[in-house]
Amino acid sequence: MMKLSPKLSQKFSFFILFCATMLAIIPVIIIVSIIIKNGASAVSWEFLSSMPKDGMRAGGILPAIIGTLSIVACAIVVTIPIGVCAAIYLNEYAKDNLLTRIIKLAIVNLAGIPSVVYGLFGLGVFVMFLELGVSIISGALTLSIMELPVIVTTARGALNSVPQSFREASLALGVSRWQTIRYVVLPNALPGILTGSILSIARISGETAPILFTAAAFYVPHLPNTVFDQVMALPYHLYIISTQIPNMPKNIIYGTALVLLMLVLSMSLIAIIARLYFRKKRKW
Amino acid sequence: MSNDLRKFKDKFIEKIIFFCGILSIIFVILIFSFLFKEGIAFFKDFSPIKFIVGQFWYPASKPPQFGILSLIIGSIFVTAGACIIAVPIGIASALFISEVAPKGIRDILKSIVELMAAIPSVVIGFIGMVSLVPLVRSIFGIPTGLTAFSGSIVLAFMAMPTIVTISEDAIRSVPWQYKEGALALGATKWQTIRRIVLKAAMPGIIAAIMLGIGRVIGETMAVMMVTGNAAQIPHTIFEPVRTMTATIAAEMGETVKGGLHYRALFAIGLVLFSITFLVNFIADLFLGRGKKK
Repeated sequence: MMKLSPKLSQKFSFFILFCATMLAIIPVIIIVSIIIKNGASAVSWEFLSSMPKDGMRAGGILPAIIGTLSIVACAIVVTIPIGVCAAIYLNEYAKDNLLTRIIKLAIVNLAGIPSVVYGLFGLGVFVMFLELGVSIISGALTLSIMELPVIVTTARGALNSVPQSFREASLALGVSRWQTIRYVVLPNALPGILTGSILSIARISGETAPILFTAAAFYVPHLPNTVFDQVMALPYHLYIISTQIPNMPKNIIYGTALVLLMLVLSMSLIAIIARLYFRKKRKW
Repeated sequence: MSNDLRKFKDKFIEKIIFFCGILSIIFVILIFSFLFKEGIAFFKDFSPIKFIVGQFWYPASKPPQFGILSLIIGSIFVTAGACIIAVPIGIASALFISEVAPKGIRDILKSIVELMAAIPSVVIGFIGMVSLVPLVRSIFGIPTGLTAFSGSIVLAFMAMPTIVTISEDAIRSVPWQYKEGALALGATKWQTIRRIVLKAAMPGIIAAIMLGIGRVIGETMAVMMVTGNAAQIPHTIFEPVRTMTATIAAEMGETVKGGLHYRALFAIGLVLFSITFLVNFIADLFLGRGKKK
């Protein structure tokens, strides 16, 4: 076999790496364009704002949208304060001891637990044991535990990127530790915490397995009144209409997929752009 | 506000912060003990050995059979397939993004990878079902495209963001002195990447692969939609399979709450929990080792 010169071999290898990257990225573009191409015709104000009709084969997806938004809103209200506080503890207070190491290990493992296992846990604890039933609140609490490790990790990264000298300057002025965190560290870490939170919202909006047995219903003829109601949810609705209902019009399925995808991708995109912007603006 | 009051308030808030800090431990213990409680109750009525090595999963027959061997093999098939596809492509992409691509393009590529991670699994499952499954069927001329192979492709795509982002982190944290040293000795950029960077970043890359595997084993919706869900031991990757996750998701709705079938599904959850716990623990060890260097 002929041996390539180092220069040629570099060119060749870089080309292979380039091809691999394209192979990884092109499916995203294909998925998004298939859904936009087939779903765009179905999405209209009518589709977004009316109830499903005719065994979900016609009409809109309003209850599924409202359901998803209410589950996500409840989950995020619970998980962000807890996650940010946990991050503050880990980054500002925790000493390098056994307890801290166990906390970190616990976070790593929470992040690794399969979403369907969270669903089981939610079913067992919130739906059955606490008797909250299949409801918005059960689903939201399940999702909030699932999202906790992600919030903690991103918030911790944001806190960690605030320079140590900021804290020292404040402490040297006689400000207490908590006041320093509250008025110096947190404001500077806020952009990072916010972008991380938006990414989390996007992620849990698309989760199906954890709400499968804790919140989601096949069909509910009215909109939810309280957090103890069962709701329809966009991802679960998409699952049902694409697998369980025969003779489902294709454009409604694609339309639902498009709404879900746009909800998730637009939030992620906002977070990503905001992060790039804040990174540029940062003065340290 | 008087000084004492402020001090008291500070202390109070710090207590809350500490509590939130240890909450993660409490949740892990809660989740484990809950799965354990239901799992143990199941094993009182059904032998754990028959559960693990039993070939037949017939929850509705009389007497019911709860052997999860076919489900475990189903999970292993799709996971192994996904790794074979995702690991080389993922590492190559991470190398390209961090070492080869110009800076402006790098940010765009990284953003796309992040968007990839945000696509809901049910959307990926749906697209897999309507486009990939018929394609697999016609290319390989098999009776159904709902196979372990389709599942592997879909899961490879879903593991990609994890593998790329974490490998990329590891590659970027290789000290620049290593690279400059190699380049100064006359090595080309590619030789430096292959012989120096890749080696130094290896612990992080292994951690990335482990976390990718963890993600794949736990994936539910997409897998359920493209693998055909037949609880049988497959002989090739071109046969339908059913994973542990899909079994839980598909059957929990029809069980009697508190019954044997319900508990059997919790026992599967316990198995899944243990596997992912182990995988993540190993990944964490490698990540720690990478950082210490």
